[in-house]
Amino acid sequence: MNEKVRFVQGNEACVEAAIYAGLDFFAGYPITPSTEIAEHLSSRLPGKGGTFIQMEDEIASMCAIIGASLTGNKVMTATSGPGFSLMQESLGYAIMAEIPCVIVNVQRGGPSTGLPTSVSQGDVGQALWGTHGDHAIIALSASNHQDVFAMTIEAFNLAETYRTPVILLLDEVVGHMREKLIIPEDGEIPLVQRLRTSVKGGVDYHPYLPREDGRLPMSDFGGEHRYNVTGLIHDMWGFPSGNPAVAHGLLRHLVDKIWNNVHQIARYKEYYLDDASTVLISYGSSARSALHLVQNRRQRGERLGLLELQTLWPFPASIVRDRCASAKHVVVVEMNMGQIFKAVKMAVNDPGKVFLANRIDGVFITPTDIRNILRLIRGKGV
Amino acid sequence: MSIKNYLRERFFPHMWCPGCGHGIILNGLLRAVDSLGMQKSEIVMVSGIGCSSRISGYVDFHTLHTIHGRALAFATGVKMSKPKLNLIVTMGDGDALSIGGNHFIHAARRNIDITAIVMNNRIYGMTGGQFSPLSGYGTKATTAPYTNIDHDFDVAELSKASGATFVARTSVYHAQQVSKLIKEAILHKGFSVVEIMSQCPTYFGRKNKMGDAVDMMNYYKDHTTTIGSKAKKENPDLIERGIFVQKELPEYCSEYEKIIGKAMKGRS
Repeated sequence: MNEKVRFVQGNEACVEAAIYAGLDFFAGYPITPSTEIAEHLSSRLPGKGGTFIQMEDEIASMCAIIGASLTGNKVMTATSGPGFSLMQESLGYAIMAEIPCVIVNVQRGGPSTGLPTSVSQGDVGQALWGTHGDHAIIALSASNHQDVFAMTIEAFNLAETYRTPVILLLDEVVGHMREKLIIPEDGEIPLVQRLRTSVKGGVDYHPYLPREDGRLPMSDFGGEHRYNVTGLIHDMWGFPSGNPAVAHGLLRHLVDKIWNNVHQIARYKEYYLDDASTVLISYGSSARSALHLVQNRRQRGERLGLLELQTLWPFPASIVRDRCASAKHVVVVEMNMGQIFKAVKMAVNDPGKVFLANRIDGVFITPTDIRNILRLIRGKGV
Repeated sequence: MSIKNYLRERFFPHMWCPGCGHGIILNGLLRAVDSLGMQKSEIVMVSGIGCSSRISGYVDFHTLHTIHGRALAFATGVKMSKPKLNLIVTMGDGDALSIGGNHFIHAARRNIDITAIVMNNRIYGMTGGQFSPLSGYGTKATTAPYTNIDHDFDVAELSKASGATFVARTSVYHAQQVSKLIKEAILHKGFSVVEIMSQCPTYFGRKNKMGDAVDMMNYYKDHTTTIGSKAKKENPDLIERGIFVQKELPEYCSEYEKIIGKAMKGRS
């Protein structure tokens, strides 16, 4: 059998992609339904000369990957709901200190301990505003294993490009389901490597002075440049500053570097949108049911289409507005109480045509569930 | 090398209060580094949040000023990813042992080669004088106006029980010993803890009527003694200074190297 074709869990697809992307360092803590990522990496990473460490909690895991990223490594952690909550403070540190890292959240039911072994997409809003203070974040999702592979690599690439943490929002169904994965040949998917400074040792190096294009070349911590890294508002040397102009400039930079590139960061898939009178918008595992329904009803002549979002944050509002412009109905399919639904309503020209098809009971949303909502929207009863 | 060469002079004056003991720790630390002939680029200093943790800004090493309580977790990531670097982690008492207590005991348990310096002034100074886990029963603080009913713990005993392979304690009155113990701790391969009792005349001293900085340093002179001394036998309340633990056990990064070896062997 070709070893490039595998039958694996989504969590394992994520692991294979991380290794493909050049993962050097993983720190994590056991939690359902993400644990398989740590398990597989504990076996795979040392053989590649990489580092796996099981930390004492998720807080420490997030801190450890930040430390390891600074020294020049590609780093990742993986967790689920409660662990993701614990990571929020240090996630903010990574945003502030501009440290590339990937955080995988295999979502389960919440709040609190919630439904540990059941599916949910309830952490989408938390990915955007989980850590305190004004900031911007990149969050990606995937609905099948080939896309888990692709989006994991995208997460590493975007983290390096924008010097920022990137959150990969998987969910219990995608994480635990088994399906085919074809591992691409080396070089088939482009990899972004860290942009390092060309400033020579001994010359005054400004670790936090962005280039004209907004990018910030790094110097491996512990290498030839000695500099300070802090979670405080800091100047171009990385030293704490209370200067209002410095504070304003830094915050603008942190937000603008993401939001000015919303189109470069947007990843999405379109199915039958050209003539769709009803546009479904979905992401993650719920997009599987949405796609199934669209393909099924198309055979019967219904003009259904699907916009599958893979970049959730920054929200690609203008793309959503454009694809929904001529639709009679827009139905957001997700397993939460409308976290993307609200963003879609704000994005489209006519918010009154946007509806929500959801489940919040830990049960995977089916094509029939979505179809029943469609019948209600069209006034046909269930 | 002159001690000045280790400082980032353009960031002075420092932000510590007059009479604060932390400057003596900075001095002792730099003298230890100097006496070892270490290069500035070999050293990574990681600190948390609080008065103590501002020390990292003033030294010309690779410096990582992190979040409250988590300095050792960040340092673990740095050390594991670049084991040849020397990691010095400076923390306050609340930073290391209240919010950071979990990371402290687990770093000790792993015996990872990090030098942890606990700058113990028995108070949260930066937030204005609240009691810390090392303030002790019966003390006063802004959050213990009727006296503190929280008991403190013994940093040396905690470190020992957690698996640290080098454990020492002294006070800023004993400035020579500060330098000597930090030097020993840096030389030690494994997790080393140096508790340095420091004074905060602004808050702990004022709240507990302990006088000025000189009075507080004299307190450390009068209430401490060498480990196992005759004075300790006569007065068990004296706090012992010196090296409590110094032993060789497998270090974490070296152990991980063996894991890489096993994994690569299994693959070939």
